[in-house]
Amino acid sequence: MRSTKPLWWLLFAAGGMVAALLIPVHVALIGALAAGWASDAFAYDRVLALVSHPLSRLYLFVLISLSFFHWAHRFLYTLAEGLHLKTSWLPLPVACYGTAIAGTVLTAIVLARL
Amino acid sequence: MGPPMTPYRRPVRFTWWLGHRGYTLFVLRELTSLFIGAEAVLLLLLLHNLSKGRESYEAYLTFLTAPGMIVLHIVALAAAIFHAVTWFALAPKAMVVRVGGRRVPPPAIIAANYGALAVASLIIAWIVLGRIP
Repeated sequence: MRSTKPLWWLLFAAGGMVAALLIPVHVALIGALAAGWASDAFAYDRVLALVSHPLSRLYLFVLISLSFFHWAHRFLYTLAEGLHLKTSWLPLPVACYGTAIAGTVLTAIVLARL
Repeated sequence: MGPPMTPYRRPVRFTWWLGHRGYTLFVLRELTSLFIGAEAVLLLLLLHNLSKGRESYEAYLTFLTAPGMIVLHIVALAAAIFHAVTWFALAPKAMVVRVGGRRVPPPAIIAANYGALAVASLIIAWIVLGRIP
């Protein structure tokens, strides 16, 4: 686990940047939809056309998977701090980073099926 | 010889972070990641339902317009902005940028990050909404 630390940190940092720059607008857009302000923009044919472009899919893959890795890293350290466990206690990083890896694989599958 | 010594561990309450403003802000910053993760899950589910067809997608849109979703997104937006503010504040410490041999002053790096946030937000909103918001 120790030797892979820089990798997880790099994914966390990249995810933190992506989350800081891009997640606010996505939350605002889905929030606008939730409030009923953007139903035309989220119409089935329109969104399908938007995500059919390879660049849109690449963008969504990067956005979603890096957000998962960002969550995994912060959640791991918060959990370890809150429960007085060591981050080197294997089930903890395996559960957190494993969830992020599973999420990344799922994202790739979903995007490939679109 | 007495009994073996056991190191004393001062008991720490689960609410340790509520006593000090700095600690509270630190834990809140860490917890913003829950909302970032949740938003990624919602986006992934949107794409999944989109791939299943019109009916699934429209049912998912109905789920997204449930009253609780508005509340969740107001809280999530606050969390996402809090994350961005704290992330940008740390940016000059994480990277030292030099232009022409001179170090770029930290406020300029922070300002550049906010600029990037504004530009990226406008572009994404413009693409998704099909018009300038």
